[in-house]
Amino acid sequence: MSQHPPTAAFELQGITKRFGEVVANDAVDLSVDAGEIHGLIGENGAGKTTLMGVLYGIHRPDAGEIRVAGRRRRFDSPLDAIHAGLGMVHQHFMLFDSLTVAENVVFGAEPERYGLVDRAVAAKRVAELAERYGLEVETGALVGGLPVGVQQRVEILKALYRQAAVLVLDEPTAVLTPGEQEGLFRVLRSLAAEGTAIVFISHKLPEVLTLCDRTTVLRQGRVTGTVVTAQSSAEELSRLMVGRTVSAPKIEPHEPGETVLKIESLVVSGRGPDPAVDRVDLAVKAREIVGIAGVAGNGQSELAAAIAGLERPRSGRIRLGSAELTSLSVRERRAAGLACVPEDRDGTGLATAASVAENALMGFEGRPELAPRGVLDSAAIDRRAGDLVDQLRIRTAGVRAAAADLSGGNRQKLVVGRELAHDARLLLVEQPTRGVDLAAIELIHRALLDYSSGGGAVLLISAELGELLTLADRILVMLGGRIVGELARESATEERLGLLMAGGG
Amino acid sequence: MELLGIFDATLTGSLLRFATPILLAALGGLICERAGVFNIGLEGLMLAGAFGAVVGSYFGGSALAGVAAAVLSGVALAALLALFAVRLRGNEIVVGIAINLLASGLTVYLLRSIFGVKGAFQDPALVGLSTLRLPGIDGLPLLGPLLSGHTSVVYVALLLTVGVQVLLFRHVIGLRLRGVGEHAEAAMTLGVDVGRLRTAAILVSGALCGLAGAQLSLGNVTLFVENMSAGRGWIAVVAVMFGRAHPLGVFAACLLFGLTESLGFRLQGLQLPSQLTESLPYVVTLASLFVFRSRTSRG
Repeated sequence: MSQHPPTAAFELQGITKRFGEVVANDAVDLSVDAGEIHGLIGENGAGKTTLMGVLYGIHRPDAGEIRVAGRRRRFDSPLDAIHAGLGMVHQHFMLFDSLTVAENVVFGAEPERYGLVDRAVAAKRVAELAERYGLEVETGALVGGLPVGVQQRVEILKALYRQAAVLVLDEPTAVLTPGEQEGLFRVLRSLAAEGTAIVFISHKLPEVLTLCDRTTVLRQGRVTGTVVTAQSSAEELSRLMVGRTVSAPKIEPHEPGETVLKIESLVVSGRGPDPAVDRVDLAVKAREIVGIAGVAGNGQSELAAAIAGLERPRSGRIRLGSAELTSLSVRERRAAGLACVPEDRDGTGLATAASVAENALMGFEGRPELAPRGVLDSAAIDRRAGDLVDQLRIRTAGVRAAAADLSGGNRQKLVVGRELAHDARLLLVEQPTRGVDLAAIELIHRALLDYSSGGGAVLLISAELGELLTLADRILVMLGGRIVGELARESATEERLGLLMAGGG
Repeated sequence: MELLGIFDATLTGSLLRFATPILLAALGGLICERAGVFNIGLEGLMLAGAFGAVVGSYFGGSALAGVAAAVLSGVALAALLALFAVRLRGNEIVVGIAINLLASGLTVYLLRSIFGVKGAFQDPALVGLSTLRLPGIDGLPLLGPLLSGHTSVVYVALLLTVGVQVLLFRHVIGLRLRGVGEHAEAAMTLGVDVGRLRTAAILVSGALCGLAGAQLSLGNVTLFVENMSAGRGWIAVVAVMFGRAHPLGVFAACLLFGLTESLGFRLQGLQLPSQLTESLPYVVTLASLFVFRSRTSRG
């Protein structure tokens, strides 16, 4: 570290942004130095994305000022921000699938020769940039066919090509595998070493603690603290984020009951010639949570789809109690005692255009107390949804509000709550806390543990190793469609799981 | 023998003549499609062009004046389409249908108010497009009638096909146009003015459809008939899908449709009922819609 005071790459002073009655940002100050990696954390709805929208010219602040490299700026559009040296990697990529990597990077600022795109120069410049920052890409490849991690590199290259001195990344690790995440961190560190100011938005504390120099925490639109990360801790950050201490749930020692789910030599076809699920055997008992770990795409989704009845297995047996599920329809499976929290919350789990009450009703619409003689009793339905909302502390304008208007965490709580309400013997849960904030994670974890200790069997598929280590009594590791290892709660560590996931067991 | 006999000079000579109006309109539709605008107003734009051509030729006294008026008419009507579909964010399908209905009614109305006739207008003062004989090719069997002896609009259409290909896949504007069509929000965050590009695409399609109309009313014949575009604009819409919004693919599709039209024309010479022969292009269009239902994937 140098002795002279570092220069701020940009400063936000007293930024206030209102949307109608809601104050999304309330007198927020944020200053990030050149060469610094600055974490910006907060729960969903804390105002992180709005604040960055203000910085990037998407939102006009109601009060406060923006300074970039010491000069006061006013951004009317992202283009102004780009010209001032800002680059943003959006959570949902802004890429053209049918164009090449090089075309995506130079788009809008193309090297020209007689008005034609000079593709040779474009490819050369992009390759040079990629080389310089260790962002490995093939400049001629079509972006649509690239893995997510590589697409993210293209987004970073876009910012670098426009000579961004400030790079904002909105939840960049949400879509990455552990290996890709390592690669991203390396790139960000080398960019910072070259003097780029980086804002790293996240709500995953371990990442922020390993990567960021300083961290600013937002809660309900206000800054609750800016800390030097090395002198802070996960406890302090989560307290600043949530406003109280978040504790890991305590697990009581317990004995599992009789076998609820038994899968024998299950094979499910994949897209290619190799099966996605290859001769899998597993069993889940009552009062037991069995976790499935694995890098995404190793057959977990297909396994879940086969159990849920969305995919027909090629061979093998799935028994739930005494019922053989493979020959049953989805409805019959649910009647046999299955409930599911699907991976794709908005596509499969919810009808986002429908109301909270309607979503809570799904699967229960045949109950006589909710629909006597087939006619929906909306008073009863709303009352029931209201109970669910209270129970899981779902933040919503009311049970008649559209599910789409809820934040991600609250939508997830809605799905989990609905499925738990089935009181099924087996609960199949996929990625229950993906993109969900700390308070909601705590609540969902608590609910799953209560469900299990109440006698339910849970099969938990998750990409979050921390979640599996917290909840699962046993963890199975999937690789290439097969179960390649099993660890009991006592012997499972992140390192051992990581090794098994990478095929090094 | 009898069947092969229809592939004679009459047929080959009419192929490009019939294909050209569809090709020009389809090129316009293709540019719009690439910019993310589904332009189903091609039929109306073409009809406006055909009428404008006759007005320009009659009052201007030259074919060139006719072509200029045709292009202007197409652009003017397209400006209306752009205003409602892009600037005022109307539904492009609804606006496109309105444009087609407007063109159909307006040309009939103007035909009566300007020329005082119903149904069709034909006059010795109308100057048609002259045809060009290509030296060296003209005398060749089959190739001669196929390629030579067409109006300048036909040759312009062929050049434009290549031009659109270069524009789309080599030029800066083409790259941005494709980007706008694929992911408008992403293009916007990179500082590309989506509305301006889309408006430009629609205006260009208006000019191209105007040109197509000129070929109809001053090239293939020298007269205006009510609703003389007769579905060619719709066939062009299908050709864009059929050719997957790719200039060469669209060109091939238009040749196919041109061939069916000239086949229908040729078969009339064999005393087949004209109701049957004239339906041929539409039957082929319908069939191709069944075969190429998907317009989602394109190269």
